[in-house]
Amino acid sequence: MVTIQNLYKNFGKNDVLKGVDLSIKDGGIFAVLGPNGSGKTTLIKSILGMVIPNKGEISVLGENIKKSSDYRHKIDYLPQIANFPSNLKVKELIKMIKDLRGNTSNDEHLIELFRLEPFLNKKLGNLSGGTKQKVNIVLTFMFDSPLIILDEPTTGLDPISLIRLKDLIQKEKSNGKTILITSHIMSFVEEVSDEIVFLLEGQIYFKGTIQDLKTKTNQPDFEHAIASILTKNHA
Amino acid sequence: MKKSIAFLVVMLMAYFGNAQIVEVCNSCDITSVSEAITAAKDFDTVIVKKGIYKDYNIVIDKPLTIIGENHPVIDGELKGEIVTITSDNVTLDGFSIINVGTSYTEDYAAIRVRRSNNFVIKNVVLEKLFFGIYVEKSSYGKIYKNKIIGDAVQEYNSGNGIQLWYSNHIEIENNYVAHVRDGIYLEFSDDCLIKNNVSTENLRYGLHFMFSNNDTYQDNTFKNNGAGVAVMFSKKLKMLNNTFKENWGTASYGMLLKEINDAEIIGNTFEKNTIGINIEGSNRIVYKNNEFLNNGWAVKVRGACYANSFVENNFLYNSFDVSYNSKVNDNVFDRNYWSNYTGYDLNKDGVGDVPYRPVKLFSYIVNRTPETIILLRSLFIDIMDFSEKVSPVFTPDNLFDNNPLIKKNTW
Amino acid sequence: MLKILKYSFYDLMRSRWSYVYFAFYLLLGIVLLFLNNDLSKAVITLMNVIIVLVPLIGTIFGVMYYYNSKEFTELLLAQPLKRSSIFLGQYLGVALSLSMSLILGLGIPFVFYGLFESSAIWNFSLLLITGTFLTLIFTALAFNIALSNENKIKGFGYAILLWLFLAIIYDGLFLMTLIMFEDYPLDKLSLVGTMLNPIDLSRTLILLKLDISALLGYTGAVFKQFFGTNFGLVVSFIMLSIWVVLPVLRIVFKSKRKDF
Repeated sequence: MVTIQNLYKNFGKNDVLKGVDLSIKDGGIFAVLGPNGSGKTTLIKSILGMVIPNKGEISVLGENIKKSSDYRHKIDYLPQIANFPSNLKVKELIKMIKDLRGNTSNDEHLIELFRLEPFLNKKLGNLSGGTKQKVNIVLTFMFDSPLIILDEPTTGLDPISLIRLKDLIQKEKSNGKTILITSHIMSFVEEVSDEIVFLLEGQIYFKGTIQDLKTKTNQPDFEHAIASILTKNHA
Repeated sequence: MKKSIAFLVVMLMAYFGNAQIVEVCNSCDITSVSEAITAAKDFDTVIVKKGIYKDYNIVIDKPLTIIGENHPVIDGELKGEIVTITSDNVTLDGFSIINVGTSYTEDYAAIRVRRSNNFVIKNVVLEKLFFGIYVEKSSYGKIYKNKIIGDAVQEYNSGNGIQLWYSNHIEIENNYVAHVRDGIYLEFSDDCLIKNNVSTENLRYGLHFMFSNNDTYQDNTFKNNGAGVAVMFSKKLKMLNNTFKENWGTASYGMLLKEINDAEIIGNTFEKNTIGINIEGSNRIVYKNNEFLNNGWAVKVRGACYANSFVENNFLYNSFDVSYNSKVNDNVFDRNYWSNYTGYDLNKDGVGDVPYRPVKLFSYIVNRTPETIILLRSLFIDIMDFSEKVSPVFTPDNLFDNNPLIKKNTW
Repeated sequence: MLKILKYSFYDLMRSRWSYVYFAFYLLLGIVLLFLNNDLSKAVITLMNVIIVLVPLIGTIFGVMYYYNSKEFTELLLAQPLKRSSIFLGQYLGVALSLSMSLILGLGIPFVFYGLFESSAIWNFSLLLITGTFLTLIFTALAFNIALSNENKIKGFGYAILLWLFLAIIYDGLFLMTLIMFEDYPLDKLSLVGTMLNPIDLSRTLILLKLDISALLGYTGAVFKQFFGTNFGLVVSFIMLSIWVVLPVLRIVFKSKRKDF
């Protein structure tokens, strides 16, 4: 699905990615983890073409993404901070994204799922953070793309919505889609992901299932496993 | 005076008996104007029928009335001067005179009037000329309803439309002069009236005064002449209700005043000239009820000009209203309307409560470095002008209109 | 690109600032025309306002819009859209909505005043065309500044500095240069100096209409050719177009290489 070879990226003097090699196979849920500043968001943005790498190659569905924008038709992306034009109404935003990406009818079902009907005619500037995030989720899931990238999807969600989101992710997985998630909520990661990719100082420190990680670090649970990697490396 | 002259004329005619009529045409006994003059007696009338008469050096040396019927053409074939009037009491009416000779040594004219009194030249059309009507040492003449259209290209080999030299009490009215060197030129000529003429597209000046006093010019239009109108070294002139328009160019102005004293300039319109009035060494002049509209400089004062007064004029949308090249001011500005005035009138008496300074610092800079004109209306320049206005350093500090009007003057 | 343009435009057309801008010009037009009742004077005052205010508003608004819509831009970047169309669309959205406010704000009072029967219509149209050009130029410059500066405060600082420089300081330096070298022929230098600053360029275009009498007072042959014929008008418009095209090209170039 996604192949990354020898990826380098620096912002000024700050080397963020230092030779990342990664290949993600079709189908399943992958969590990209790592401490703050380890390059998670940069990696995801590189896949999306928002960050231009200094070196290395990325291909999505077998197509090199350099100088191309059409491949993004095959990606649904949920950005970390959802901040929309404040003068637009929710309805108009949904209409606009459809206008930009092509039509779909999934939105009605999703709006119902997240109980967004009362907000459809409100301006985005007047919505709470949680509601904005729900709108964000609707925008992401309303298209039927083989690759879904979720950057901190749980931010600001109430428990009910969180449950619905998890259901939604599982459903997409059962449809055979590839899902890439970053999150700080370990329980969430543990619950949903099939495989994790652990980034540390711009390189891939670990890739495999959660069970593999536990074995490797000799820790009984996931959270401690992660913690042990961090303490070991920072000590 | 005029009455007594008319009386004299009648007396003379009575003395010589009945006036005869002499006819000239291509199939008549007399086929040229010269022959007719020889044949005619004093105070006869010569009638020239329609036709083309090739002739030059026609000398009218006796008091005759010569009338062209349906504009007969006298063609000088570029051989020299065409008509010369040397006698008093000559009337020339209704001719087309063309093809005056050009010479670098003699000023050939279509019609020359020499030492003649009481002449009348009217309804004459002059074309292809060197000088048009040249009046020397003659008085009490009338020149009206003539059309003088030259084809001057360069100043040195072209002549003037109507020229007066040592001639007094001449009336020049309702003429149209175009494409010559100077439209109307007066030198050493006093007490003349120049009225209702149009002088346009002349190479140098529309009207040119030198050493001529007590003259009046009014209701004339001077448009698009090479350098506008020049009035120099003269006294007690009256310039009333004339229009000076579209005189554009480096050394171009609506009117140039040089060494002019005690003149009245009233009711004139200066529109779209590079310089409206350019004043040098001119004193005790009254400028009143004039309108300065869309000029580069409405009034440019150079050199010593004392005791002039600018009262109740309208200064409208000029790039510069007044420009001085010195810090000294002895002239009065009062009750003018300035479209650039930005003050207020709190007591509603129609007079602005803040005096107006018509001289800007920028006009001083442009005088010094002409290229800076390209910065006209720049914000930087406005800021600079404003600070100069608050505390004048380069411009005359006593020059302001204490009573700038809020509404345009009407008259 | 047209879709982005459409949404940016609608977004801005609904924002408070567009209304404020529009209302300001409407008010200015009404005050100038109906309280003063002098069309020629109104055109001159408008000229002063346009060449100073339009660039200021264009830069500030451009920078502000860019920073405020940063997250939205990121959302768009994740969509299957070309980068150049995203940024050009946004740029045109801002520039066109500002131009609209200007043209309608000033146009409406003038039309009611009876502009179409007046001879000032050409001067007025020229003013609006110049104002539109200035909006296009300064919004593009603002986008350039914003694209090159992640730091919002720095970006605003540079935007204000740019305006100050082009609106005032440049002319000061220009004037000093001309006075310093007054012994040399300067007409070419002064024309080139004008071409290099879009505000001066627009001012010259308007001078051609309002102050032609004064401009023709200067001797230089180049000056005369420039101001005495249509040559000046044509060259000025070409230069203004270049002033639009260059920053826009840089937007395209810069946006292709930028990380978000």
